[in-house]
Amino acid sequence: MAGIWVVAETNADGSLARIGAELATLGRTLGEAASIEVTGIVVAADPSAAAKDLATYLPRVLAVAEPTVADHAWSQIAAQRIAGIVPVDGPTLILTGAGPDGRDVAGTLMALLGCGALVNATAVSWDGGEAVEMNVFGGKLITTSAFVAGAEARIITVRPNVVTAEPAASAGKVESVAPEGELTLPKVRVVDRVEAASAAAPIEEARIIVAGGRGVGGEAGFDLVRQIADRLGGAVGATRAAVDSGWIPYAQQIGQTGKIVRPRLYLALGISGAIQHKVGMQTAETIIAVNRDPDAPIADFADMLVIGDLFEVGKALLEQLPS
Amino acid sequence: MRIVVLTKPVPDPAAAAERLGPDNRLDRAASPAVINGNDEYLLEAALKLVEAHGGEVTLLTMAPANAPETMRKGLAMGAHRGVHVTDPGLVGSDLWSTARTLAAALRELEFDLVFAGFDTSDGVGGLVGAAVATLLGLPYLSSAAKIEPDPDGGTVRVRRISASGFDVLEAPMPAVIVGTQLLGEPRYPSLKGIMGARSKEIVTRSVADLGLDPATVGAAATTTEVLRKRTPPPRGEARVVRGTAEESAKAIVAFLAERRLV
Repeated sequence: MAGIWVVAETNADGSLARIGAELATLGRTLGEAASIEVTGIVVAADPSAAAKDLATYLPRVLAVAEPTVADHAWSQIAAQRIAGIVPVDGPTLILTGAGPDGRDVAGTLMALLGCGALVNATAVSWDGGEAVEMNVFGGKLITTSAFVAGAEARIITVRPNVVTAEPAASAGKVESVAPEGELTLPKVRVVDRVEAASAAAPIEEARIIVAGGRGVGGEAGFDLVRQIADRLGGAVGATRAAVDSGWIPYAQQIGQTGKIVRPRLYLALGISGAIQHKVGMQTAETIIAVNRDPDAPIADFADMLVIGDLFEVGKALLEQLPS
Repeated sequence: MRIVVLTKPVPDPAAAAERLGPDNRLDRAASPAVINGNDEYLLEAALKLVEAHGGEVTLLTMAPANAPETMRKGLAMGAHRGVHVTDPGLVGSDLWSTARTLAAALRELEFDLVFAGFDTSDGVGGLVGAAVATLLGLPYLSSAAKIEPDPDGGTVRVRRISASGFDVLEAPMPAVIVGTQLLGEPRYPSLKGIMGARSKEIVTRSVADLGLDPATVGAAATTTEVLRKRTPPPRGEARVVRGTAEESAKAIVAFLAERRLV
C-alpha cells in the first residue's frame, strides 16, 4: 500500500465535521497496523480551522484553500483537487464519509481516478490488506469485502459512528497546498443558502436517538419526543409516516428512503418497526421500544419492549430521568 | 424536455428474502424484483416536468434479461420508452463498471436531464450518479428536494438538502440530478397506463452495441470482491415490561443505567 488518505468534510462554520475526525481515527489505526503513511485532506474556501483540528488526529494534513467552493457546490470541485494531489503510484486507499457529501466526492473520485469503491463500511480492519465490513440487505447479513489484487486507487465510504474519534498522542503538521490546474468539470453555482428555521441535531452522527412514529399522533406529540431527546442529549428521529404527515422534517427520517443510523441508544416511541423503518436503525447498539401493541414487529428486534401508552410512559420518563 | 431516469430493478425489500448466492453475488431468483423505491421519486418528478413543459421520459436500466417486467411499471406510470442494457458479460459488474456502462448508454441518447435516485435499496452505494456525471463531463446536482428547469434559459435549479437547511443550486443543462423522497410521492399506474405500457418500446443494448470492451466490464473487470459473509448475532429476546407508566419509566431508567447510557 502506497498511502492512506482521509477526505474530511467541514461544517457550515468551517470547523471539522465529526465524520472527518472518525475517518482520521480509522485511517490512523489502519496506517499503524499496515505501517503506511496516512494523510488528511481538507478542501474548503478557508480550510485552516478544520485542518488544524484534523491534525490532532493525524501526523500530516494538507489544507487546500479553494475559493471556488465559497459559492459553488463542493463535492465535484473537492474531488478534482483531491485527484490532483493524491499520487496513485501503487495501492492507495481513500476514505470518505458515507453521507451525502462523502458519497458525492467518492463517486466523482471513482470516475476521475478510474477505480472501484466499497460503500457504507461499518468496520475496516487490516488483514494483509483492507477488509471492509458492510451490513447488507437491511442488516440481515454482514459481508467482508476487499479490493482485488492490482487495484490501485481504492475508495471506501464509511458510515458515521463506526469508530470513536480519538486524538493522536501528538498533533501533526498542517501543510498548505495551493490548488493547481483548471477545474475541468462544469461548476454548479450556489445561488442561495437557506438555514432551516430550527435546524435540529443531525441524526446520522447522534449517539442517542429518540424517534417517533405514527403513534405520536401529531406535531404536538413530537414536543414530548423532543423533550426526552433533549434530556438524554440525543437527536430526534422519525418514521416515514410521521414525516409524510408533516409532523417533522424529512431530515429526521430514518429508514429505507431516509437515513441509516447506528446510535448507541435508539428509543422508539409509537413505532411499529415495519421493514422500511427497520433497515434504517436495526444496527443500533441498544433498542428500547415503547408501544401499545405487544405484537408489533419491533418486539422482534428490540432489547427492551415497554408495553404501554407512549405519552404516559414518556411523561413519567421525563420526571424520572436525571436533568 | 427530454429526461432520462436511471432505474434499477432490486429485490423487493418488503419480501425480505434477499440473499447472496454461492458466488457471493446477489441471488436475483430469491426475491421478486421491483423498481428501486428511490428511483420512483425521480420518475415521478420527471413525469411532472414533462407534463408541464412537454417532452419525453426515457427509462434507462442496466439489468438481467428479465428486467422489462419491472420496467413495464415505469412505462405504465407514464415513461415513454425504455432502454435496457443487458449482456451476460455485465454480470458481476461493480460500481465502477456500472457507472461506465450507464455513461456509455447515455452517450447514445439525447437528453436535457438525467435523473437518478438517492441510492438503491440493495447496494445502498449512492455513488453511480456522481460518477456518471463526471464521466460525461456534466454538471452534477444532488440531494434534490425540488427540481426547476428553465427550458428557455437552458438552466436548471435544484433545492439541495444540506445539514442545516438547503442550498439552491443552478447549472446549465444538460445536467445529472440525484434526488430524494422530497420530490413527491410516486403515482400509481392507471389502468390505461398499464394497458398502454404493453405497446411501448424497450430498446435492448448489449456491451458490443455500446462499443465497450468486454474485458473492461462485468466480473472480468471487477475491482472488489466479497471475501466472506456472516449473519449478525441475533439480539437476545427483548426484555418485556408491563406495568404502570411510573413502573415502566423506572424500568427504562434502570436499563439505561445498566447499559451506561445515562
